[in-house]
Amino acid sequence: MRIKEHPILEFNQKEKVKFTLDGKELEGYKGEPIASALVAAGIKVLSRSIKYHRPRGFFCAIGKCSACLMKVNGVPNIRTCVTKLEEGMKVEIQKGKGDFN
Amino acid sequence: MTDIAIIGGGPAGLSAAIYAASLGAKVTLIDDGLELGGQLIKQTHKFFGSEKQFAGIRGIEIAKKMIQDIKEYDNIEAIANSTVTGYYEDEVITIVQGVNGDILKKLKAKRIIVATGALENMLPFVNNDLPGVYGAGAVQTLMNLYGVVPGNNILMVGAGNIGLIVSYQLLQAGIKVEAIVEALPRIGGYLVHASKIRRLGVPIYTSHTLKEVYGTDCIEKAVISEINRNFEFIPGTEKELEVDTICLAVGLSPLSDLLWQAGCQMKYVPELCGYVALRDDNMKTTKDKIYIAGDVAGIEEASSAMLEGQIAGLNAAVSLGYKCDNYQEQDKKLKAELRELRDNPLSEEIKIGIEKALIRGGRD
Ligand SMILES: Cc1cc2nc3c(=O)[nH]c(=O)nc-3n(C[C@H](O)[C@H](O)[C@H](O)COP(=O)(O)OP(=O)(O)OC[C@H]3O[C@@H](n4cnc5c(N)ncnc54)[C@H](O)[C@@H]3O)c2cc1C
Repeated sequence: MRIKEHPILEFNQKEKVKFTLDGKELEGYKGEPIASALVAAGIKVLSRSIKYHRPRGFFCAIGKCSACLMKVNGVPNIRTCVTKLEEGMKVEIQKGKGDFN
Repeated sequence: MTDIAIIGGGPAGLSAAIYAASLGAKVTLIDDGLELGGQLIKQTHKFFGSEKQFAGIRGIEIAKKMIQDIKEYDNIEAIANSTVTGYYEDEVITIVQGVNGDILKKLKAKRIIVATGALENMLPFVNNDLPGVYGAGAVQTLMNLYGVVPGNNILMVGAGNIGLIVSYQLLQAGIKVEAIVEALPRIGGYLVHASKIRRLGVPIYTSHTLKEVYGTDCIEKAVISEINRNFEFIPGTEKELEVDTICLAVGLSPLSDLLWQAGCQMKYVPELCGYVALRDDNMKTTKDKIYIAGDVAGIEEASSAMLEGQIAGLNAAVSLGYKCDNYQEQDKKLKAELRELRDNPLSEEIKIGIEKALIRGGRD
């Protein structure tokens, strides 16, 4: 969900772009963090932990905590909270350490 | 090769960059956020602090002004969205860039100013790794920078200034705050903020903490409990809250990894919220070429971060031979302003902490 009205801030949303999560098409804004576009689309689980496969979500938003590591365009372990969304990105929920397959 | 590499582009790093560049030094400013500004770019409220250091202006406006100033110097190279990952001997740092983090650069500097800020603290409670548990900074990033609703019904943990301010910001964005819990028997933040929030219908439970959260794949409910003076749960006082999001505002710790790596002498100072590098009053660490400024030197606030940044920027530049016409006077003025800023009852702890981390004339 996006904030529609705000007493102080104006969100001059930029260009809309399309991307996919595990093959499903979603929409976000160009240049926002991938993870914020996912949260806005109602997606909470971004990755699964290495040993017990517990769900991991957005936590620190400054690229430090590893909870948002995902596979982006085939590359694992991308910090999606500090990586800008671009048109056509292929994003996948990462399981464990991730792989290049 | 650069004269001064500044790591971190929050208020401390930006101030250091502007001051050093104004004296002619070549500055490289590296920040890992998508945009420069550190914590400031998330702060929609008007700042408290020193008037000379922008009190009364919204954080976002302060950041805009400083970023504008940076652009006016040809001798500042600002690199955003890049992380400094390592420190090597002789002031060489490694910088990771690129969408995939696949560009690695080395930079040699004559001086380094570490202004990396802080990291939010985690709290132990059952299922604290479930999606929907956020740090307060993350909630602000989603809501204030990108206009994204972090959750529908929030439990705020911590009634210090950050907990109160972020609760208010959530309400402003039209998001429900179910309650605020605070482990201490009293509210830590400014009481004016607390009463504003209470008037808006949000209960603040002191001597309470978060015990557990439940849900499959994301939070569906939270259990809070009263605690005694020894911070132990009081059985039978549990309350269940239907929330989908937890916002943790339980303090910050200095982000000092690079300083450890560089071999600066470090010390645990509770009043400064964690391990900090020992420093002299010029903000120089036990390593002759490494300076610190801002939250990494001790969790405080933006005005003091800016002053420390200016002191570090001035002294690093002067140590390289850049001329400051009235150095003595400028240096004294900045230090006096910092003292003045801390001259209030709320800064008692900070002053005790700084005493413990300060090196006087020669080495500790
Ligand atoms: C909710 C909230 C409200 C606040 N309200 C006030 C207020 O009203 N008044 C006030 O004075 N203060 C306030 N503060 C405090 C103030 O924001 C901080 O004290 C201040 O931002 C500290 O500045 P800094 O430059 O040290 O760190 P930061 O602002 O945290 O900046 C550090 C920067 O360094 C970057 N960085 C870290 N590590 C690396 C690395 N390895 N490589 C590259 N870059 C890196 C970070 O991404 C960040 O951009 C508030 C803080 C919060 C969270």
